[in-house]
Amino acid sequence: MNPDALLGGFADAPLQSARAFRGTLEALARPGEIREVTGAMPPAPLSVAAGVLLLILCDGTTSVHLAGAYDCAALRDWITFHCGAPLMAAEDAMFAVGDWDALQPVTRFAVGQPDYPDRSATLIIEMPDLSPQGQRLTGPGIATSAQLSLPETAAFRANRTLFPLGFDAFLTCGTQVAGLPRSTIVEES
Amino acid sequence: MTDQAYNFAYLDEQTKRMIRRAILKGIAVPGYQVPFASREMPMPYGWGTGGVQVTAACLTPEDTLKVIDQGADDTTNAVSIRKFFQRTAGVAVTEATAEASIIQTRHRIPEATLTEGQILVYQVPIPEPLRFLEPRETETRKMHELEEYGLMHVKLYEDIARHGTIATAYAYPVKVEGRYVMDPSPIPKFDNPKLSNSAAIQLFGAGREQRIYALPPYTHVVSLDFDDHPFVPSKAPHDCDLCAASDSYLDEVITDDQGGRMFVCSDTDFCRTRREAGHLGPLGVPMQETV
Ligand SMILES: [Zn+2]
Repeated sequence: MNPDALLGGFADAPLQSARAFRGTLEALARPGEIREVTGAMPPAPLSVAAGVLLLILCDGTTSVHLAGAYDCAALRDWITFHCGAPLMAAEDAMFAVGDWDALQPVTRFAVGQPDYPDRSATLIIEMPDLSPQGQRLTGPGIATSAQLSLPETAAFRANRTLFPLGFDAFLTCGTQVAGLPRSTIVEES
Repeated sequence: MTDQAYNFAYLDEQTKRMIRRAILKGIAVPGYQVPFASREMPMPYGWGTGGVQVTAACLTPEDTLKVIDQGADDTTNAVSIRKFFQRTAGVAVTEATAEASIIQTRHRIPEATLTEGQILVYQVPIPEPLRFLEPRETETRKMHELEEYGLMHVKLYEDIARHGTIATAYAYPVKVEGRYVMDPSPIPKFDNPKLSNSAAIQLFGAGREQRIYALPPYTHVVSLDFDDHPFVPSKAPHDCDLCAASDSYLDEVITDDQGGRMFVCSDTDFCRTRREAGHLGPLGVPMQETV
């Protein structure tokens, strides 16, 4: 294992996780809102925000899929050391990390079972930028409508037709995180 | 001052991760009950261990916590939960609804309108609204899967046939975003309209039954009813005897052994705030004389 893998975790896990989870919860509960999360310093190409999400949500009980360029030795070592999460194929993963192209086809990911819709994957989509402009969002968590710069529309519309099944997503860029639960209705604006 | 014998907010980090994952799945599927592995807490079931675990997973050192039991901040249950988090998380506490960032509640929704940035955590004894119709978990899970909610309507309609009205006064079932039927915990049905379209995040924790469910902000929640018997969020037909409020949920309080009684706001912070603002009912006394 690369000795750098030992670096970049939380210095004070209980407090940093608490603050980061709160931002993450608000982000998923209010689709379209962009929050800042900090405290992780993961190796490239992982963003700070994606690293924080892995630290606060993943451990030995949660499988993680690394897509495309994210499936590299530095990240595998970092996740193994800091989370202890088993690395898995896309179809078997509870969490998946990568850029949008590498995550394709997203129909591979678990959407839950009709009697257990919670048994679905959470995608952490790394974005080149993230802004409150773009696709129009409506649904739970949104007072009227919101906008978010999603990588495309069709995949999220297809995912919405599966409700209450479907994957849930976080979009990350630097220290920014936005949430896109399966319940959100996505339209071209 | 945090007691250093405990992790922040008592629970270990692995347990908090597990609860946090369940909360996020609950947010993603509003009204669906997410199973979680409830932990032993240093208080008995019935004291809100599910709510306590949800609160512990959400708390940050910057939070201001309010805890109410049937609307009151000063009951034994509310006081001990508040002290628990003061000791284990070092958080500030308040009785003022507007000042709280997290409110843990047993059996009431505060009268004051909640705002963005606030989280309301409900203590839930029986999370399954279909449980009294069907005791088997495998069956109720199937009923939710297939949206087989006819039995629930039959039960409510039998109320109407027997009593001329829907007798269910607490834990009145709701439907969330047109999909899942949900138990709002034993709040009075007077509170049901406040579940819908709230600016706050609402989280529900059932410790003994090991379920977490959620309502994101601005979620559409409808109380089950019938065209010929629409839902009525009723309350006692009185004004508060202390603060004269006509629009708050009231408790009937026996005042002596001669049959004397009065009606007072169940939400003690709401009632006090009104009296401080000069509103006085027939039995109210100005606040400065009572302190
Ligand atoms: Zn009053």
